[in-house]
Amino acid sequence: MAIFLIIFGGIIIIPFLKVNAKGIAAFILVFINSVLSGYYAIQSLISEVISISLPGGYVFGTIPIRIDALSGWFILIINLVFLTGGFYGLFYMKAYREQRNNLSLHSIAFFLQHAAMISICMIQNSLAFLIAWEIMTLASFLVIIFEHELSITIKAGINYLVQAHVAILFMMIGFIWVASKTGSYDFQAIATYSASIPVSSSFMLFVLFFIGFAIKAGLVPFHTWLPYAHPAAPSHVSGIMSGVIIKIGIFGILRMILLIVTDITSVGYMILIISVISGLYGVMLAIVQHNLKRLLAYHSIENIGIIGIGIGIGCIGMGTGSQVMATLGFTGAMLHTLNHALFKSLLFYAVGNVYQSTHTISIEKLGGLIRKMPQTAALFLIAAIAICGIPPFNGFVSEYIIYIGLYKWLSDATMVPLLAAIFSTAGLAMVGGLALLCFTKAFGIVFLGNARSELPQSCKEAPFLQLLPMYLLVGIILLIGLFPMIFITLLSKPVSLMTGNGAPAFNPAHYEAFSSIQPISFASGLLILVAGSIYMFRKFALKHRKIETGPTWGCGYGSPSPKMQYTASSFVRTYSKLFAPFLSIGKHENEVHGIFPDEVKYHTHPYDKMEKWLIDSPLKTNKAFLGRFVFLNNGKLQFYILYGVLFILSVLSLPILYQYLKSFIDFLKQL
Amino acid sequence: MLSVILILIAAIFFTGVIIRTKSLASGRKGPGLLQPVFDVVRLFRKGVVYSETTSFVFQIAPTIYFASVIMAMLVVPFGQSRGVLSFNGDFIFFAYVLGLGKFFSIIAAMDTGSSFEGMGASREALYSMFAEPAFFILMGSLALLSGHTSFQEIFAALHIGSQISYALAALATFVLLMIAMIESSRMPIDDPKTHLELTMIHEVMILDNSGFDLGLILTAGYVKFAIYGALIVNLFIGVIPYQYAIPSFFGIQFLMAVAIGLIESFMARFRMSHNPQFVVALTSVSLLIFFGVLLILEKFI
Repeated sequence: MAIFLIIFGGIIIIPFLKVNAKGIAAFILVFINSVLSGYYAIQSLISEVISISLPGGYVFGTIPIRIDALSGWFILIINLVFLTGGFYGLFYMKAYREQRNNLSLHSIAFFLQHAAMISICMIQNSLAFLIAWEIMTLASFLVIIFEHELSITIKAGINYLVQAHVAILFMMIGFIWVASKTGSYDFQAIATYSASIPVSSSFMLFVLFFIGFAIKAGLVPFHTWLPYAHPAAPSHVSGIMSGVIIKIGIFGILRMILLIVTDITSVGYMILIISVISGLYGVMLAIVQHNLKRLLAYHSIENIGIIGIGIGIGCIGMGTGSQVMATLGFTGAMLHTLNHALFKSLLFYAVGNVYQSTHTISIEKLGGLIRKMPQTAALFLIAAIAICGIPPFNGFVSEYIIYIGLYKWLSDATMVPLLAAIFSTAGLAMVGGLALLCFTKAFGIVFLGNARSELPQSCKEAPFLQLLPMYLLVGIILLIGLFPMIFITLLSKPVSLMTGNGAPAFNPAHYEAFSSIQPISFASGLLILVAGSIYMFRKFALKHRKIETGPTWGCGYGSPSPKMQYTASSFVRTYSKLFAPFLSIGKHENEVHGIFPDEVKYHTHPYDKMEKWLIDSPLKTNKAFLGRFVFLNNGKLQFYILYGVLFILSVLSLPILYQYLKSFIDFLKQL
Repeated sequence: MLSVILILIAAIFFTGVIIRTKSLASGRKGPGLLQPVFDVVRLFRKGVVYSETTSFVFQIAPTIYFASVIMAMLVVPFGQSRGVLSFNGDFIFFAYVLGLGKFFSIIAAMDTGSSFEGMGASREALYSMFAEPAFFILMGSLALLSGHTSFQEIFAALHIGSQISYALAALATFVLLMIAMIESSRMPIDDPKTHLELTMIHEVMILDNSGFDLGLILTAGYVKFAIYGALIVNLFIGVIPYQYAIPSFFGIQFLMAVAIGLIESFMARFRMSHNPQFVVALTSVSLLIFFGVLLILEKFI
């Protein structure tokens, strides 16, 4: 209780603090909160489930707070990302020092967001859960619209708010369904209720929750808010959004898989299919983006897809009784959740550095930053390699586990599952290849070559303290890449929670399916060693040789200019031509005409086809229909009062009408 | 361990054989079989020239490319003898570690800021992306057929018995050979001997590399070819004892090199815009293999 007082005291104090202290105060609050929740989370991962009951009064009933291993794992990820993000934000927000009130609000919302997310992981009462969820949504809305003077930011924020509330609507329907039948808000009621109804109904219940959480997670086709919200937010917030907020959706899906008793195999197939589509669609759109943050946002969709593939395999494994497959699937999914949180937040922070020094995140305008910001470039490079799932970094480990799960599925299956497995494998391989195309483009165009437009003079490396959290993230990325066993052992409790009801925690060290993890980390280490020794040898060999510099070979052309470099659009031109049916790229061009041509222009703006079909065109039809009733909105007060009166009258007359109707029907029946 | 030695020996002669075949086919005598090796050795002794535009990425990239090929070589088995590294799903490591090399060679090309090298980088990234699913489906089918998930176990358990499995092995050879052509940038995807930068893929990416770095890249290229050759050989030798297996290894590698030389002599390079279709066709061949495996295992409903 004292803790709550301290925390709320802190929130009240923030507005009165000096500008510099606001951020620090928020960071300290996040830190306190992290240490406290982290302590319990580690306890739950190591030893046992922690459960407390809070009195919720007349409205809530008792509120059970339970930190099981699943919550523990997600709480730790949330804490890690919030701590690094908060620390990075302290320096990132320095540029906005004069917006005092705005900063207070931002700091408070930032902390509230953290607190709400931690509570979401713990609370097991649907009413309290929804309230915490709503606090998280509103707080993230506030942190997204920090630069609210830009209309595009406000638009993105409102888009987010609307879609987040659509998600809440679906969850609410699910919770109300259960509560109205059982009269209890406790999550356990969901489990008992879903066990008592036919499978088709409980599957519907799962689908309701799944849609709600999938909107948050950004699975296709519920992803459209994500590419707007991420670029609009300040970079540390984008890092957190992509690192953990969308992961809360994954947490929700996992929680519901634990709770709802239904046909788990169909659930698995549903998640698997949606996830493979998400993975492919996300990366396919990411490649054609020219806004660096949007590109990363679409990559989040892709990675959520990869996590989803893991979850799908896990569920199918459970459904078919293959413990190994289930374990592999869930381990891969949860490890990838951590991995994605690490490298994606790192990427966003690196982009934040780029934005701060160049004031643009349009890929086409950048270039050659590696010479001005070598550390940021190196950090971005490591994260880019990690996100492509390439050894020796962490992305490879989790993708590898998912692959092994898929191949395990192949080994004992019949026709239809086999087809699903082989197409998922091909999809995952394709996603890997496309990610490589995407990140060579992003890194190559932004950091390498020559600048493609005039960059500001002040363009320089970020201060060391701002880079510090990024180095920390790189450290963990490398740690997972080289010693994955540590993290898989940590995961043994949450995974066994998912795979079996009360089964003893598996020990990955003695688990046959994980026997290949150790050789992988050995191979990754050896890779670093081989590369290092070759590099040393090369350095030694070149010591006494002539090393010259000269211009880039221009194929006989004497005066190349930076304008002649390959651009991002040209790098992916063949790709976008081939994938044209899936993409929708608007083009404006002024081609060369005549002997004295005008200025030549070529402008493209990629758009989301899914968004066009699923959101824009229904909205348009809806608007056209409702437009017919515009005459009602005539601006005269008396009319509005009249509408109100009419409405009240019609509501009041409903029961009377019903009575009449009923007696009329009774009368008919008597005849 | 045996595989590493064999691959290295094959790598020394491989390109020489290709060049010799091409020379003979065009009515010339051609250089000695070891000429490519001499060229590389000479490169290793030279100094380097760096472009002013480049950064440290350009300098470490050839090293990492070379290291990735070495690591890929270490997981390749030879018949009954394991690779140096052998574990469940090592072929995933194989594909992804080659991906690391590719990543670096692509960004190194972009580091020079040359429009031509960007062009090559773009094509390389695209084609390797298309080749990836083919490889994974092929390995998945073989894993399904043999019930194992590591290179060595898969190859050891492949029994070439029925006629369908002969067909499968032939198809698998075709897929691996084509992937090798794409990865090592050979005809009909790429023409390494072309003199127009606009039409090159791999060669245009290394225009600015010189001396030691170029030596590393060329060596890695030779080794890469021999690695794929070794994979193809592995499809057939299975349980054959070494005294027959080793000669047949060199025999098949030699045949492969001659075949490539002949293809390059008598076939024109594809139009650049037709390449993706060709590469995607590989995936469908892999799928054919998959259905063949289903047929053998009688898993069709």
